[in-house]
Amino acid sequence: MTASADLSTEKQAAEMGLSADEFALICQRLGRTPNLTELGIFSAMWSEHCSYKSSRRWLKTLPTTGKQVIHGPGENAGVVDIGDGMAAVFKIESHNHPSFIEPYQGAATGVGGILRDVFTMGARPVALLNALRFGAPDHPLSRHLVGGVVSGIGGYGNCIGIPTVGGETHFDPSYNQNILVNAMAVGLAQADRIFLSAASGPGNPVIYIGAKTGRDGIHGATMASAEFSEEDSSKRPTVQVGDPLAGKLLMEASLELMASDSVVSIQDMGAAGLTSSSVEMSSKGGLGMEINLDKVPTREKGMIPYEIMLSESQERMLVVLKPDAMDRAKAIFDKWDLDFAVIGKVTDSGHLVLKTGDQVVADLPIAPLVEDAPEYDRDYKDTPTAKPIPNQDLITEMPLGEALIKMMGSHFLASRRWIYEQYDRHVMADTIIESGGDAAMIRVHNTQRGMSMTTDCTQRYVLADPFMGAMQAVAEAYRNITATGATPLATTNNLNFGNPEKPAIMGQIVGAIKGMGAACSALNTPIVSGNVSLYNETDGKAISPAPVIGMIGVIDDIAHAIKIAINAPDETVYIIGQAQDTNDGWLSNSVYAHVIADQTMASAPPPVDLTAEAKHGDMIRQLNTKGLITAAHDIGDGGALTALAEMVLAGSYGVELIGSDHQRSHGWAFGEDQGRYLIVTHDPDAVEAAAQAEHIPLQKIATTISAKELKLGNDDIILVTDLRSIHEGWLPNVMSQKKGA
Amino acid sequence: MARIAVISFPGSNCDRDIITAIRDITGTEPNQFWHKESTMPRQDLVILPGGFSFGDYLRCGAIAARSPIMDEVLEHAWRGGYILGICNGFQILTEADLLPGTLMRNRGLRFVCRDVVLETHNSDNAILTGLNEGQKLRIPVAHNEGNYFADAATLKKIKDKGQIAFTYSGADQDPNYNPNGAIDDIAGIVSENGRVLGLMPHPERKADPIHGGLDGRLLLKSVIEAAS
Repeated sequence: MTASADLSTEKQAAEMGLSADEFALICQRLGRTPNLTELGIFSAMWSEHCSYKSSRRWLKTLPTTGKQVIHGPGENAGVVDIGDGMAAVFKIESHNHPSFIEPYQGAATGVGGILRDVFTMGARPVALLNALRFGAPDHPLSRHLVGGVVSGIGGYGNCIGIPTVGGETHFDPSYNQNILVNAMAVGLAQADRIFLSAASGPGNPVIYIGAKTGRDGIHGATMASAEFSEEDSSKRPTVQVGDPLAGKLLMEASLELMASDSVVSIQDMGAAGLTSSSVEMSSKGGLGMEINLDKVPTREKGMIPYEIMLSESQERMLVVLKPDAMDRAKAIFDKWDLDFAVIGKVTDSGHLVLKTGDQVVADLPIAPLVEDAPEYDRDYKDTPTAKPIPNQDLITEMPLGEALIKMMGSHFLASRRWIYEQYDRHVMADTIIESGGDAAMIRVHNTQRGMSMTTDCTQRYVLADPFMGAMQAVAEAYRNITATGATPLATTNNLNFGNPEKPAIMGQIVGAIKGMGAACSALNTPIVSGNVSLYNETDGKAISPAPVIGMIGVIDDIAHAIKIAINAPDETVYIIGQAQDTNDGWLSNSVYAHVIADQTMASAPPPVDLTAEAKHGDMIRQLNTKGLITAAHDIGDGGALTALAEMVLAGSYGVELIGSDHQRSHGWAFGEDQGRYLIVTHDPDAVEAAAQAEHIPLQKIATTISAKELKLGNDDIILVTDLRSIHEGWLPNVMSQKKGA
Repeated sequence: MARIAVISFPGSNCDRDIITAIRDITGTEPNQFWHKESTMPRQDLVILPGGFSFGDYLRCGAIAARSPIMDEVLEHAWRGGYILGICNGFQILTEADLLPGTLMRNRGLRFVCRDVVLETHNSDNAILTGLNEGQKLRIPVAHNEGNYFADAATLKKIKDKGQIAFTYSGADQDPNYNPNGAIDDIAGIVSENGRVLGLMPHPERKADPIHGGLDGRLLLKSVIEAAS
């Protein structure tokens, strides 16, 4: 068979983001010149977004296996064993470019897309998280973008009824024209009831479920694979529009269909829509597919094959049905009032054949689309080693309390309550720990088991040192999970970088992947899914690199879940992972350096010791199992004293620091040394004995008190109400345009 | 044993949560009904759960109020049956004219999800008999349209007839105690016969020890006992 219609040109290929070499390669592999529809399919499948052509070589080096891993990268989402025959299914994915162009819809469809990735595998989504990066708070676009993205995330998640329980938001001028919106979804399934995308059984019907196909989002995957320019807000029509109710119906119907023994394989139509879903299902099954485009439900008349194949209309799934399952399937779709159509069949041709009427409009061998996608070994230049700024160049004379208040009211550390109160965090009624602590935790429905989850990345560390910064992101996630009492289990990653064709950017990517891989290996948290978002540049200026880490962990008994709030007076606060005589800390590239010392240089971040991370994490779990921890918190951005302040703000008690003033240097208070936790205990002797037995350093730093204040020194007392109003007031002030940004 | 029905609409998303809470409280499974069903055997208590029944693209609850099952719910109400509408269920009850007033967009024009403190009023109403006058309950809200409004005449009537069930409380501690701008801080109202209750907060979200409070369970338990 030969496909009909006009042949495409190199110029058209360039418009679709394919290089001249790539176009020549396509012609060579096909033995002919593709027509426009075929070229569109190639360009989508060979886009950075779908093919990982710049990153694949390095992604292969990541640790992806472990006894907990059921399915690693390559499926719609990663699957790990959480015990009792249950599996967690999870993934993080970016929707950066669309969210900058149209923040509400961009963010909403980002949430919808990641949810489909999870329920496509037969898992019921149970939690959402978001890693967000916005520009400077006082940048003219920031309020519009923050407001739109947050309400978009809430608009989709709240309506579909999945709690948004965690995530993180950072502000940094490098995101002024290129925000990051990374959405993570976590689902639960029976470990032996996971659905995959590989088609099988030539002759089996291919059905299309869900919303009709429109002209929205055409070539979104290609847009996500190009740099941005000022004029790109004109690309608004390429942003998809979400319909969370349709998403809910599709989710319920898909889960019901999968439970009814009707499904051979199933794939959501995400990036590159019908193209990627049909090609991936065929490719994984080693088969082919024939689709009659006249049968595809369309929203508008006169859509040409090119548009139908490249539309990214939301809330659609492609399913290969068991041959005898049509009646069962129809009853389910009728119940949920969903459109569905038989649009084709599985074949053994190894080709994707598209027809309108009797006419073949595209006929492409599957293998070149997937397996022959180019893989580049891009030139890279290692990021030059950043030097640490010595503490004596950073330390100020500011009283400790004043510095603490200033930091807690800075954009780095101020409360994100304004954001998370717009998210339904309680629907499904299994939320145990929600936004505002370390990791979030949800109960595995109808069990005593809990699942802990977090996203992390400190991009200013990564900018200075991609290897160490990415390692730190993993360590931070590991600590956040650990601080809730859970054991970290597995990781998903979202690699947000600039243009990989620039060696300096490629150097960041390579460094970050190496650091992340080393950390995930050492901490036994294999990477089971992920997403790469490159070309995050506007007018040639790249973002601060953000290899965002999403991690999940498990706790066997939710009765042992630890929160950050201080619960009682007269308890003792320790730093686990820091020696008793410590009176200084790592201030280079810290929040203190940026906020108090006004030093914004990309100086060396704190080093990560993976052996110590693992040992200290195990210590926390051991102390918790013994019932010795009443509250705990990871020490991260801002250092020990800001972590302590957060524990006070979360509860109803105060703290009094132990020891004399000279021991409380700014380095001690605000240093961002890694591998440390704050814990509160009612039994200090037992904690000290346990730590000494394992040779884990610890430092006794404070006592909890009934007075709602932080006693930092004889003359340095902060009232919790004052601290709270500054900490929680910052973001509402920014959003209501009051002074304070 | 009370016969309890939970009605599900396509976009209901708190139906599982209320079913779980009822099962925990009563030890038995409530009866579930799909919005397309047009018959419902006699029930003691009908619950309209929270969610976004039809996506809330039109006025919240407007389409749900015209679903086939609603004829049965109306019949149940006319017979003097007990009804509890939570959040979107409250919106449906106002759209179905089973409760007066309407729920408008939140004053802040943003979705709001957080704990609120409720104060109980007119506990002599049948559905509230298990609660004490002035009893304070800490229960979370999660909604975009919870800004209760009634015109002056309706409001006067509601007050005169003792139909205010719950108000948002705690003005002395928190200037934002009213999360949505509801008129007279109204969080929930009852019908004239005192048997139909609609409220914005979600009692099923403070019904299990992991929720950090059991005030919602207390409320649900008293509603179930009243209907039994």
